[in-house]
Amino acid sequence: MSRLPITKTPKVYVGGAFIRSESARVFPLKDAAGDFFANIPQCTRKDLRNAVEAAAKAGFGWAKRTAYNRGQIIYRLGEMIEARAGEMAAALVLGGASKVAAAREVSVTVDRLIYYAGWTDKYEQVLGNVNPVAAPYFNFTVTEPMGIVGVLAPEQSPLLALVSLFAPAITSGNAVVALASTSQPYPAILLGEMLATSDLPGGVVNVLTGFRKEMVPTFAAHRHLRALVGVANADERKALALGAADSMKRLHLLKAEEPIDWLADSVQSLYAVRDTLEFKTTWHPIGA
Amino acid sequence: MDAIGIEERVAKYGTRSIKKAAKLRGLKLAASMVDLTTLEGKDTPGKVASLCQKALCPHDPELGVPQVAAVCVYPAMVKHARKALGSDTVVRVASVATAFPSGQAPLKTRLAEVKAAVADGADEIDMVINRGAFLSGEFGVMQDEIRAVVEACGQATLKVILEVSELETYDNIRAASFLAMRVIREGDFIKTSTGKTSLNATLGNNQVMIEAIRDYYLDTGISIAMKPAGGIRTAKQALTFLIAIKETLGDAWLNHSRYRFGASALLNDLIRQIEKEKTGAYQAPYYFSEATESY
Repeated sequence: MSRLPITKTPKVYVGGAFIRSESARVFPLKDAAGDFFANIPQCTRKDLRNAVEAAAKAGFGWAKRTAYNRGQIIYRLGEMIEARAGEMAAALVLGGASKVAAAREVSVTVDRLIYYAGWTDKYEQVLGNVNPVAAPYFNFTVTEPMGIVGVLAPEQSPLLALVSLFAPAITSGNAVVALASTSQPYPAILLGEMLATSDLPGGVVNVLTGFRKEMVPTFAAHRHLRALVGVANADERKALALGAADSMKRLHLLKAEEPIDWLADSVQSLYAVRDTLEFKTTWHPIGA
Repeated sequence: MDAIGIEERVAKYGTRSIKKAAKLRGLKLAASMVDLTTLEGKDTPGKVASLCQKALCPHDPELGVPQVAAVCVYPAMVKHARKALGSDTVVRVASVATAFPSGQAPLKTRLAEVKAAVADGADEIDMVINRGAFLSGEFGVMQDEIRAVVEACGQATLKVILEVSELETYDNIRAASFLAMRVIREGDFIKTSTGKTSLNATLGNNQVMIEAIRDYYLDTGISIAMKPAGGIRTAKQALTFLIAIKETLGDAWLNHSRYRFGASALLNDLIRQIEKEKTGAYQAPYYFSEATESY
């Protein structure tokens, strides 16, 4: 007897739960051959608002964890993806990648997480400082996570680029609200399932799917987002710059017009961690 | 009371869509109905004074957030609140009295507390009913005590706290509402809770009480005011309560002499949402409340 097919309903991972868009809207995703694959949630500005609320709830506790523990958890996220590498590669093939390229993207993604897992308890040693001052003061600079960071993932490398953008932010204790690739959202949906089993507290990384045109203005204007990192085209960069100036957020945007080799080692860097840190300098009196 | 019917009725209020100009109007109306409350053991005159400043000027005047209806403090803080607010202000000083929140003190002590608060300058008194007497069926005792407090209030407005979470059923809430309404004056309030128990103002409790107010008004022509208190923290909740009022009691109750919110954090969220409506941008909570983690 033949079984009825059991298909998965793709849902986005927000606040530690798998949800549909509050609007109940979806858009159809086709596989590389052009056949219908699934309906993907078409998230709205209200979903973004809810995701930011969830990030605010979770982020403070995440930042308070020991750096070592954050490293353990990011490492475990790598483990979760490694264990389901085949499934993830299949999701990338669905979007048009070759089998070889997909497998490579998954393995580099895992390596990238391991790289940042290693940095969690070390970046402070490199970026923080004891400053020389000509007075009887102990003057030191320490870093703090900024808070909630928005991530705008590019269309290409739907898994690796997304992870490369949010991993440095959560390394230091930021919480993230990310918008996945519109044309290839499925790997990000699958990533949500791996985030959910990684010990990462729910709400620290929230992944939305939907249309950039609808979401970018809200990313730009939302005052609770402290920084935006990602890839944007010229029009988006302009809108984001205006919104960021108005809401006092930091922008680190790569140009969508220029090719980015996400596989390259040069993409991963301590400076990506620095991009979402605030520096605090303290004067402390010492005995004469 | 039909408990399921009440729950169904109030669930409908959540489906109303209030947007743009109507929302802005609702938010401002809710802000004008707030009894800005601090009832902590650690209250100080300084803390009360800063609360009063917030009551007088909740936000940048350009945003047009109205002054709140009243500040609500413990009796010992009334004179500090009075001093901070001054005498020529529309913001009223409300004080909980009668051995708030339990009410477990001799009647004489409770009445003395009311008189002292009024003498110190309280415009409004929030009393708690004798739940023990009500639950053991001594309705006369309960009513006599309220009557005595009404007398002790003099010119001050009285708010009678039923402490609904201790009354347990909707029938009890309705019965207690009627017992209280029969002995208080036109313009006095009945109020849901002290805010000191786990279950506070819910839409269901609010609905039972405002239906009691409606029925009492239709019966006698005397209009009693209403104050839900405790647990109302978000602007969205406040709007839903206003919808309940609009659809049950009508526009006549949509002002701060007939309806109040007892709340401490609600005002912050109302201002935050008013700012959102004005600018179109979602706001961060830490711009509106010192207590919020600035994460």
